Amino acid sequence: FDLFSLEEALRLKDQVGARVTVLTMGPPMAEAALRKALSFGADAAVLLTDRKFAGSDTLATSYALTSAIRKLAEEEPVDLVFCGKQTVDGDTAQVGPGIATRLGLQQLTYIAKIESVDPDRREITVHRRSEGGVQVLRTALPCMITMLEGTNSIRFGTMDDLFRAARTPLRQWGKDDCVEDETKVGLKGSPTVVSKVFVPKPRAEKAKIIAGDGPDALASAAVETIFAAQPKLASELLAR
Amino acid sequence: MSDKPTSDKPQGRRFQLPEHLKAYQGVWVIVEQERGQAHSVSWELVGEARKLADKLGVEVGAVVLGADGPDLDRICGEAFGFGADVVYKVTDPVLADYRTEPYARVMTELVNAHKPEIVLLGATTLGRDLAGAIATTLQTGLTADCTELDIYAENRSLAATRPTFGGTLLCTIQTLAFRPQMATVRPRVMALPDRDESRTGRVVEIHPHLSESDIVTKVLSFIPDSAQDEAQLAFADVIVAAGKGLGKPENLSLVWDLARVLGAEVGVTRPLVQAGWAGFDRQVGQTGKTVRPKLYIAAGISGAIQHRVGMEKADLILAINTDANAPIFDFAHHAIVGDAVQVLPALTEAFSRRLQVSRLAS
Ligand SMILES: Cc1cc2nc3c(=O)[nH]c(=O)nc-3n(C[C@H](O)[C@H](O)[C@H](O)COP(=O)(O)OP(=O)(O)OC[C@H]3O[C@@H](n4cnc5c(N)ncnc54)[C@H](O)[C@@H]3O)c2cc1C
Ligand SMILES: Nc1ncnc2c1ncn2[C@@H]1O[C@H](COP(=O)(O)O)[C@@H](O)[C@H]1O
Repeated sequence: FDLFSLEEALRLKDQVGARVTVLTMGPPMAEAALRKALSFGADAAVLLTDRKFAGSDTLATSYALTSAIRKLAEEEPVDLVFCGKQTVDGDTAQVGPGIATRLGLQQLTYIAKIESVDPDRREITVHRRSEGGVQVLRTALPCMITMLEGTNSIRFGTMDDLFRAARTPLRQWGKDDCVEDETKVGLKGSPTVVSKVFVPKPRAEKAKIIAGDGPDALASAAVETIFAAQPKLASELLAR
Repeated sequence: MSDKPTSDKPQGRRFQLPEHLKAYQGVWVIVEQERGQAHSVSWELVGEARKLADKLGVEVGAVVLGADGPDLDRICGEAFGFGADVVYKVTDPVLADYRTEPYARVMTELVNAHKPEIVLLGATTLGRDLAGAIATTLQTGLTADCTELDIYAENRSLAATRPTFGGTLLCTIQTLAFRPQMATVRPRVMALPDRDESRTGRVVEIHPHLSESDIVTKVLSFIPDSAQDEAQLAFADVIVAAGKGLGKPENLSLVWDLARVLGAEVGVTRPLVQAGWAGFDRQVGQTGKTVRPKLYIAAGISGAIQHRVGMEKADLILAINTDANAPIFDFAHHAIVGDAVQVLPALTEAFSRRLQVSRLAS
């Protein structure tokens, strides 16, 4: 889901000019994802990897990522932080708000569209999905944005981008490179623990097989079975 | 649902809560309201909070935030009716529309002042946005998209169960020595409790005295969704759902025909959405809608776990599948082993005939 956010960042780069840095925390093999992002047009990539980060829950993950963003911000100002809506494995949509809160950034989640960015006035106007409609919001930079999925589709990099992606040196940071308080990362820094993992239980009994010869007999038998099991349903259907 | 614990600690982690965290008591629900209407997920959660609070012997608190007015008073009354003991009514003109900054600020102060042990929110665009922010300001654990909530009796801690690894397994998550324990739950995952109009409780009024000039983000306008656009799957009483077993897009009309006779909504599995047979608003399952109809007819659906978690709470499931060993028959109530392309029109015919007979009789 982060591709929607990356594409949006690249569009802003096209429109108003910007440097796009991609950052991920994960095992060394996450390098492949970063190279891919470079080939789509990102300018720089940072891989945050350390065995001490393993077992981080969302609070610890957002702490580690925030530390890395702070370090990047020492080199050049960060105006916008894009996060995905949800990770495919975690599916929690908590890391983005966690980073925004730690950095004191305005937080724009479930963004369907970036209406405009005014780099001079340092303002951004967006469409945010809410339950009953769309909120049109305006806020000040810097801010954190998570894009709704399906809002755009990622561009394909050119041949040049591919070569550049392969050549661009990847920066790799560990705990000691950016994290101030090591009790806040990994298992130690995670308030939540998995207390058990299990397979969902099948229903006590299997489905009862409806018998009948041919589709019509099966269908009539099914209708009778349903009405017998749910006597109220028949009258409710009639009331429609 | 704890039949096969693969961990060696099926009873939850044993640990002692530090003394200062024992002051945290009570189960809270942050009630989501937009434009004077409470979201039903909040009442589903008040029902769940009631069960947890009864196990713990504590009170249920409902937090209602917004601009003062009759709508907000009505929502407070509803909160009592669904099971709250205390309503924290937080009013300020700045809270009229949801924005992260003022809501997170007010909620952080409220939690620090009243110290609830559990805080529940709906896993909606508002609830997830707010939960992620306040779990960080409060520096505590948050478990998202739970499908089951319970209490570990031995240490009074919340056992929050959710799907993991793309939904093939479930895991139970516990917050160790941090309070409050926070969780979000998607709409329709929990049952809506019965409402008792005569129930009342205490209202604690809170006026945070916010100032609009302190708030950076401004709401320029609101574009409501037109009601007709979206399929109303989540609240449908009857759903006819189609899977890849229908073979080709033209056969989807067989499902629509049956749905018309039953006054039902049409649902689909993810591959059908991906193939463009139907819109995303009709997808049932882990990444689509959670539904709890009285009757769910599944035609040509294998019953993958990601689909199952979205529909297994239906009162009655009838599955039609050519494969007698399809996983869906493990949790459907009734099975037709046969070709959906033939059975669907026969069902449409049989239902309309049967309804005709009843209509004449009455
Ligand atoms: C992260 C993730 C999230 C997902 N989220 C969702 C989700 O939200 N919702 C969802 O639905 N899926 C979801 N999926 C996909 C899910 O894993 C399954 O692939 C999907 O549900 C299968 O759809 P199906 O039953 O239509 O197709 P299949 O699994 O291909 O099943 C087709 C069935 O039709 C039967 N059949 C064939 N011909 C006939 C016939 N003529 N008459 C009757 N039966 C016939 C076959 O026996 C078979 O059982 C997700 C997957 C992942 C990895
Ligand atoms: N380890 C990580 N490295 C980089 N970004 C992450 C990581 N974990 C989460 N995120 C970001 O936070 C978003 C939401 O994650 P989650 O809260 O786990 O659903 C993702 O889409 C990413 O943008």
